[in-house]
Amino acid sequence: MRSFSFNPSYLQVTPLALVILLFLLFPVITIIIVSFWDYDAFQLLPDFIFDNYQFLLTSDVTLKAYLKTFFYALSTWAITLTLGFTIAYYLAFYIRSSLLQSILFILCTVPFLTSNIIRMISWIPLLGRNGLVNSALLELNLIDAPIEWLLYSDFAVVLAFVHLYTLFMVVPIFNSMMRIDRNLIEASIDAGASTLQTIFQVVVPLCKSGIAIGSIFVVTLVMGDFITVSLMSGGLSASVGVLIRNEISLLQYPAAAAGAVVLLITVLIMLSILFRFINIKKEL
Amino acid sequence: MSFEDKKAIDGTVDSAPGTNAKPAAGLSRRSFIKAAGVVGGAAFGSGAITGFPLIWAQNIKDIKLRQFGTGVSNLNDIAQKAKEDLGITLELTALDSDAVAQRVVTQPRSFDIADIEYWICKKTFPAGTMQAMDTSRLKNFDKISPLFINGKLTAESTIAQGTAPHTVGFVEGKDSTTFASEPTQWMTLVPTIYNADTLGIRPDLVGRPITHWRDIMDPAFKGKTSILNIPAIGIMDAAMICESMGAIKYTDKGNMSRTEIDQTIEILKKAKAEGQFRAFWKSFDESVNLMSSGEVVIQSMWSPAVAAVRAKGIACKYQPLEEGYRAWGGGIGLAKHLSGLELDAAYEYIDWYLSGWVGAYLNRQGYYSAAPETSKQFMSADEWGYWIEGQPAQGDILSPDGKVMEKAGAVRDGGSYWDRMGAVACWNSVMDENKYMVRKWNEFIAS
Repeated sequence: MRSFSFNPSYLQVTPLALVILLFLLFPVITIIIVSFWDYDAFQLLPDFIFDNYQFLLTSDVTLKAYLKTFFYALSTWAITLTLGFTIAYYLAFYIRSSLLQSILFILCTVPFLTSNIIRMISWIPLLGRNGLVNSALLELNLIDAPIEWLLYSDFAVVLAFVHLYTLFMVVPIFNSMMRIDRNLIEASIDAGASTLQTIFQVVVPLCKSGIAIGSIFVVTLVMGDFITVSLMSGGLSASVGVLIRNEISLLQYPAAAAGAVVLLITVLIMLSILFRFINIKKEL
Repeated sequence: MSFEDKKAIDGTVDSAPGTNAKPAAGLSRRSFIKAAGVVGGAAFGSGAITGFPLIWAQNIKDIKLRQFGTGVSNLNDIAQKAKEDLGITLELTALDSDAVAQRVVTQPRSFDIADIEYWICKKTFPAGTMQAMDTSRLKNFDKISPLFINGKLTAESTIAQGTAPHTVGFVEGKDSTTFASEPTQWMTLVPTIYNADTLGIRPDLVGRPITHWRDIMDPAFKGKTSILNIPAIGIMDAAMICESMGAIKYTDKGNMSRTEIDQTIEILKKAKAEGQFRAFWKSFDESVNLMSSGEVVIQSMWSPAVAAVRAKGIACKYQPLEEGYRAWGGGIGLAKHLSGLELDAAYEYIDWYLSGWVGAYLNRQGYYSAAPETSKQFMSADEWGYWIEGQPAQGDILSPDGKVMEKAGAVRDGGSYWDRMGAVACWNSVMDENKYMVRKWNEFIAS
């Protein structure tokens, strides 16, 4: 029997294991521990109490914030999926020259060279009451009064999310589309399938892993976000992230930690549901 | 990461150019000074060197004091001037007020001078991590505004609600942590900077005179108002509004009961549901943008934000209101561990702070200085007239960095120092029911 220390594969996984231990497991465990602590205005008091969770799980505010967050996550997911799939499909199947394909793909990523806060903020002068969109519509006599819901509304939040995260959908879907054997498409058409039938019965099933990876990105990013929500809603609505951040800024770390643990569990449950439908390992 | 966070980081500066920012270097320098002090003392004791003050003056030049506080008063210009005038190196760190409070209590050795607000002092001084100042060592003590001594700017003014500075300004004895009800020889904080806050308006867009806090709830401004989303201050602006509406009568707006908090939040929620608010702001720049873009026409605001909107050439007024102002103020206090030369240097610094240059600098930013009369000699007659006496400006009024803030003929909103600070209705404070209030505030934001 080979001894533990001489198995070279253990040596190989050591760096990754250490990184995960140090930067993922350790912080998460700390957060879980702190979430049971007590606190006053200035200090954390080591303790083992359930008050933080009790308040969190029985409060209306939590429920409202979760409903709002799910709403943002689902609408953003649906829109980015439609957009991402369409863009990737166009890039993968309509552009023949691989050079042009690469150029267009890089073009898609250009906006991402700037900071996401800048991209978000630049919507504000565009959508405001006296912003470009409203002035243009007024000039064209299409509306009589500025549209108020363009900015500081759920619309603005979802718009910003879509703008920020569509690329996270495009890239993995494009990647899996490029690996589809073109003969399959040909066969599908030869067998008499219409374009739509080909898409839904051949392309979509073969892109499942790409769609899953993109969805994980988008959903987890939206679920954990606070800055987009507070900026684009003008502080009028609160997602789970906004609540956690409020607590952090008031130094109520245990309450924030409890919020983070519940959010983590929620996202993990969502992901496990996703993985029941798609086996990413098999598809990759 | 939010803008506030970023600002906090940007604001964290090692203020003195040319000094070594590495803590290790600072420490070794410090121990070197101590050694130098010992040698100097020995030399003096042996009679080898006479003229002790010279040695002392030399030593004080090498002292480094670590000061932390909120961004408003941690100004590099002040640190530079202190270096020039006194030779003391100030190492400034800017944090947000909650973090400041936490550090005062939990890391008492991490600072020499704490620049904290009075409501923070109320909570932190009893923790025993700071030491009271001997007022007899401050030459300029008697120049400090009576607002901070007995709470009355003039003989006939009434004392405002909330954490009025004089109520936490003194302790009973040198090592006491009990606040004294009368001025004593032992002061907790020497005031640095304070002001009176009110609503900012766009005079060109409101279309009618604004006279009361309740005007922000006028249906005519539906969807065009904003209040600030910092619970501790927001709730107090809300209280000013509710009281003005006649909806609630508070015993003390600075320390509400649970019922009062519930009632206030109900009124806010109702207004929010009816679409009265366009947005809530959290940071200075957000309030500037909301106002200058015309998204809101009336909102809670801070005075530098009003100046920033006006600097863009947009009309904006810091509207005085009948019910009075919500005031805030901060001061500098000494860490418990300070002793010997460092303590001397700290006293020197604080006395210098009151001696006028800093006061004039702060006055020119639209804040007020603790010892108004000492700052007069550092300001031109026109500046003094505009900022303090509420007189029309004779020439252009410049900001400390030389930008034109107001043209000739302008009058400061709210008038003179005595008109503004004499009409304070409530001081910023922290409530006993703070935790409950924050939860209710979150409920309002999420509703």
